[in-house]
Amino acid sequence: MNEVGSVGLVAALAFAAYGVVAGALGGKLRSLRMVRSAERAAAAFFVMITLAIVALETQILGDNFHNAYVATHSNRDLPLYYKVAVLWAGQEGSLLFWTWLLSIYGGLAVLLNRHKNRQLMPYVVAILMATGVFFSSITFFVANPFGELSVASAAGLQPFQPADGNGLNPLLQYHSMVIHPPMLYLGYVGFAVPFAFAMAALITKQLGDNWIRTTRRWTIVPWMFLGTGILLGGRWAYSVLGWGGYWGWDPVENASLLPWLAGTAFLHSVMIQEKRGMLKVWNIVLVITTFFLCIFGTFLTRSGIVSSVHAFAQSNIGPFFAVFLGIVLFFSVSLLFLRLEYLKSENKLDSMVSRESGFLFNNWILLAAVFAVLWGTIFPIISKAVQGATVTVGAPFFNKVAIPIGLLLLFLTGAGPLLAWRKTSFQSLRRNFTLPLAGAVVVGAGLFAAGIRHFYAWMSLFLCAFVAVCILQEFYKGARTRQKTGGENFLQAVYNLTMRNTRRYGGYVVHLGIVLLFVGFAGQAFQAETKGLMQEGDELRVKDYALRCSSIVSGDTPNYAYQRIRLEVSKGGRPLGTLEPDRRFYKASQQPTSHVAIRSSLAEDVYTVLAGQDPDSGKAIVEVFVNPLVAWVWIGGFVTFFGTLLAMVPSRVERQMAEMRQAQEVAVRASDAI
Amino acid sequence: MKNKKLKFGISIGIILAVVAWEAISGFQQSKTYYVTVNELTGGRMARERVRVGGVVAAGSIERRGGQVTFRLAQDAHSVPVVYVGTDTLPDTFVGGAQAIVEGEYTAQGEFRAQKIQAKCASKYQAKPQGQAQATQDVSALSGTR
Repeated sequence: MNEVGSVGLVAALAFAAYGVVAGALGGKLRSLRMVRSAERAAAAFFVMITLAIVALETQILGDNFHNAYVATHSNRDLPLYYKVAVLWAGQEGSLLFWTWLLSIYGGLAVLLNRHKNRQLMPYVVAILMATGVFFSSITFFVANPFGELSVASAAGLQPFQPADGNGLNPLLQYHSMVIHPPMLYLGYVGFAVPFAFAMAALITKQLGDNWIRTTRRWTIVPWMFLGTGILLGGRWAYSVLGWGGYWGWDPVENASLLPWLAGTAFLHSVMIQEKRGMLKVWNIVLVITTFFLCIFGTFLTRSGIVSSVHAFAQSNIGPFFAVFLGIVLFFSVSLLFLRLEYLKSENKLDSMVSRESGFLFNNWILLAAVFAVLWGTIFPIISKAVQGATVTVGAPFFNKVAIPIGLLLLFLTGAGPLLAWRKTSFQSLRRNFTLPLAGAVVVGAGLFAAGIRHFYAWMSLFLCAFVAVCILQEFYKGARTRQKTGGENFLQAVYNLTMRNTRRYGGYVVHLGIVLLFVGFAGQAFQAETKGLMQEGDELRVKDYALRCSSIVSGDTPNYAYQRIRLEVSKGGRPLGTLEPDRRFYKASQQPTSHVAIRSSLAEDVYTVLAGQDPDSGKAIVEVFVNPLVAWVWIGGFVTFFGTLLAMVPSRVERQMAEMRQAQEVAVRASDAI
Repeated sequence: MKNKKLKFGISIGIILAVVAWEAISGFQQSKTYYVTVNELTGGRMARERVRVGGVVAAGSIERRGGQVTFRLAQDAHSVPVVYVGTDTLPDTFVGGAQAIVEGEYTAQGEFRAQKIQAKCASKYQAKPQGQAQATQDVSALSGTR
């Protein structure tokens, strides 16, 4: 099986290399045969990487511990769904997985565009395959998952197969951890497609909005996956790591946030190019930045260059990534400079208060966030290089920068879409913003009366109310107009309104999801926690909750042994049920971990951890957190996900436009023929 | 037209300045020097908050009266550490684990740690080797392709 996998990798590498050459030459010589051949190479690349994936996954599921990767990351008693996830649990496997996702995106990009974008496609294939060359060679030469264990004995090197593997890291044995890495990777990898289209557009000088229209969904899909992956990671941290929070500004977390921020800026600023023909250079810069940060994120996560709580093995892939990043940057930026004259703006900014400037502000603020987070993340490396001393910055730095930036963005989330293109009159401002401001003032006053004095939390909730009213008002106004003219009932009108322009109203739903996220973030300000030693009958109090320990039991499963504490939770004397946090000792990896138990409600979570046993008294150490509004973070994530899907549904307007374009093209071709 | 650009530039400038000011003050608050045990004992010690990376010396962890002490080692050097923080120590904090301690290095040569992070990634890689050595008389273990 290991031979099959290695052969698959080598063949994939060869096909990818061929795809680069054939694609570039085919585009240059305008040879359709060569381009077709390059496209088939992209398909073959996918088939060969799939072969390698199958070869590795078969060994994982079949407990073949002769394979070093399987021996290091799996064990016999691991449940099936975790075994599947072993594929992306370690360095080698996850790089192979990355490559596989790239081959899927590449294959799909070729398949879906084979009759369109004839000029761009040869170069798109070449660039995607160039990325493929890098990742398949890293996987084959540097971090090969098909290494076999062997021992040197008197008779020479002997194959070696341990009886059982080391087991999957217990911290990774959690349901959302099975899908978190694939989601994140689908995000990281997917941005390769818009990047490839942008580069192809630069090479061919086809710099109209065609590449942007083509890659709209190719950008939204990875953006959605990346965002979902980040939230699932937060969910995992919250439910598994046991420190009561979901985001700690760890370098690995930051690495995933950076391309998401840059991608968000890109998603917004392309709209200005489509509508007004502006910001062409800027869009290219943003797509380069996003792709660069995706690779950089993979590099940061995988190389161990920045010390992180969940840093994985230190490894030797760092220099290769650094070189690849250098090449990407050099190639794309020089290409951009060579084509600057083709990227002139067709229009100018008319007014400070317009949709365009709203987008511009959004872009600048997002990029400021990218810069600040990036700076804090890589500061240990910079200070080491410049000063010779490693200086790290912690959560206070990130929070100080991110909170005001986040609140500004939240404001724009509501205000931006209500501004008119070109110039917004004072009357229209008053018409659109009276109700949202009134709503926000009412909510803000209510919060103040309720005793909320934390400035940022108050501001956040105030703005949430403002933005929510902005969005709901848009739906309401649109639906009322339809009702007056078409005689539909209100719900029908909302539905038809949304389906007529899914991009706009899907976008609003995404914005609503962001509002809910901020409601959840604001709750952080009111977290309460306590800690105590407990045995049967003891009680712990936090806020108006009381937790009474009714029993402590021990047990055993094939995968782990456990100790479990039963806590009867009540609030103001009213019983709310029991929570049973436990502490597990995983046999294969010989590691203890705590499993938290959470009682979640829309208002607040009661979060309990069995942190260990006090060595002196033998009592259980129990930590309790009360986290207000956390549930809204996950709900906001769902709404955002749903809104993004909605924004991708082909809208009626879009279909009409596409038909019009097609008719035009037919007419042009007909006139050319004459 | 110039005027519009200028206005836009000024408002962006104000926003960026505020963000930069926040960044600098946050930076001053939370910047921490990171050194290894060798650098700490070698006299290049920082007077401010410092994080020290090393390995928890095997068998050095002592828990007495609710207080945890251990030695953080690198090569031949080690420093005594007293844990004065309130968080429960992580599961990964065991003898032989890589650890990062955060706190202050007192004039008496004792490190008072407020935070301890630990990871034991190295154990993962080493285990098949240990098993191989225990079960079969072998001198080396290597991965071949």
